[in-house]
Amino acid sequence: MPGLPGATTRFDVLIVGAGHAGAHLAMSLRQLGFAGTVALLGDEPDWPYERPPLSKDYLAGAKPFEALLLKEPEYWASKDIATLRGRRVVSVDPAAREVRTSDGAALGYGVLAWCAGGTPRRLPCAGAHLAGVHTVRTRADVDLMRKELATATRVAVVGGGYIGLEAAAVLTEMGKAVTVIEMQDRVLARVAGEPVSRFFEAEHRARGVQMMLDTAVSRIEEHNGRASGVRLGDGTILPADMVVAGIGIVPAVQPLLDAGAAGGNGVEVDACCRTSLPDIYAVGDCAAHRNRFADGGSIRLESVQNAVDQALTAARAITGAPAPYDVVPWFWSNQYDLRLQTVGLSTGHDALVVRGEPAARSFSVIYLRRSAVVALDCVNATRDYVQGKALVAGALVLDPAQLADTAQPLKALAAAAAGRA
Amino acid sequence: MASLTITSTRGDTRTVEGAAGLSVMEIIRKAGFDDLQALCGGSCACATCHVHVHPDDFARVGPPNEDEDDLLDSSNERTPTSRLSCQIPFGPALDGLRVTVAKEG
Repeated sequence: MPGLPGATTRFDVLIVGAGHAGAHLAMSLRQLGFAGTVALLGDEPDWPYERPPLSKDYLAGAKPFEALLLKEPEYWASKDIATLRGRRVVSVDPAAREVRTSDGAALGYGVLAWCAGGTPRRLPCAGAHLAGVHTVRTRADVDLMRKELATATRVAVVGGGYIGLEAAAVLTEMGKAVTVIEMQDRVLARVAGEPVSRFFEAEHRARGVQMMLDTAVSRIEEHNGRASGVRLGDGTILPADMVVAGIGIVPAVQPLLDAGAAGGNGVEVDACCRTSLPDIYAVGDCAAHRNRFADGGSIRLESVQNAVDQALTAARAITGAPAPYDVVPWFWSNQYDLRLQTVGLSTGHDALVVRGEPAARSFSVIYLRRSAVVALDCVNATRDYVQGKALVAGALVLDPAQLADTAQPLKALAAAAAGRA
Repeated sequence: MASLTITSTRGDTRTVEGAAGLSVMEIIRKAGFDDLQALCGGSCACATCHVHVHPDDFARVGPPNEDEDDLLDSSNERTPTSRLSCQIPFGPALDGLRVTVAKEG
């Protein structure tokens, strides 16, 4: 029992990580009728909340923190889910079925579900730890940014991925002078095709963001113990009151790897989210899994969709009704008045089709691999996003000229393809 | 304050007070209904906050906007009074509104 010296608190299911993945796993277990004890442990002091608004509405101050809560605080107790907040697991002993937490406590488990997500990757240069250098992953990160934004006027965003661009959009709308620094020759290079990259690059430029592509960062400059600018690869110094690093996450799996779990970039899981260790599951950003929509490759997917659907997959397996994870990936990003909606995974595409006119600020990019549709990026084009899902789910082989023809609804193309099959 | 009557997918019904300024989705979520996923948090980017508005209340709520209409098309559970609850701002004009959480699919 808690509080008794020498005794180990034990839970039938111990969930480590209280983001979307962990919270939904706890909810799914109860929805499936699981009657054992469940604990949801997280390293933040807050009740489980949504992360996507951190780089959008919450950073903008358009939503109070309470609006981000996944559930009201009393919900968790009402479902008999123990919440252990502000605690981090530092080691796992699979033989003893026990974890150790940062405050020295031991917690026993019947099943361990690792939903710990990741930590933001630090800039790999001098000055990365200076005050004024920020990442966007937790409420505390953004609260600190908001405090400093009261006086900061020039912001350098390092990394032109979704987080960096979303933050750049919000900061620009707040009236800050924003520069985005990207190492590659285009933004969103890792996740989207060139037409999407060029479109977002132009949108940011049109709003006054300085976009520096093909640009390396060599150090963060310091003045009075705080970041004062970014020294670029060519030696130029870009003055800045605030630096935001949006260069990805490092999956938080070290305790599992130390315990012998297979993995490296994340922890490996099978189709039911089981790791190589007995009765230890992993779900969400940190789980490397084989995904049909990635051509069968082993990937980690950092998205709400993946966290929630893998949580359900793990809950089914834990409750004795396993069913393999096989869900069409989807994702969204909001920047300014633009809504990007993605279905499928474009990684590894060998051709793409632009459907509609980017200049009209409503278009889709359809990605093909071996002639089959594998993904769509839809900008202010919700209809294509909705109708395109069937194209991705069925890996339909369609004529690029027809895909590009906005007079033909994607639904009609899907129906015609089904008729031929 | 105005009241909102919510029926879950399992048929449980509860009436709650909803603060003006919140969306119907936020009120349902605050009330602890966990069959409403609302995965995108109200950005009109998914269709996981789908509700059926009571037919007698639908005129007060009105039809979906264009993007919402498209998203609703992704559901096999769509009916003539379907709405995405994140797109319905709540307030005194909707006092007594009755909604049923739609099944997934």
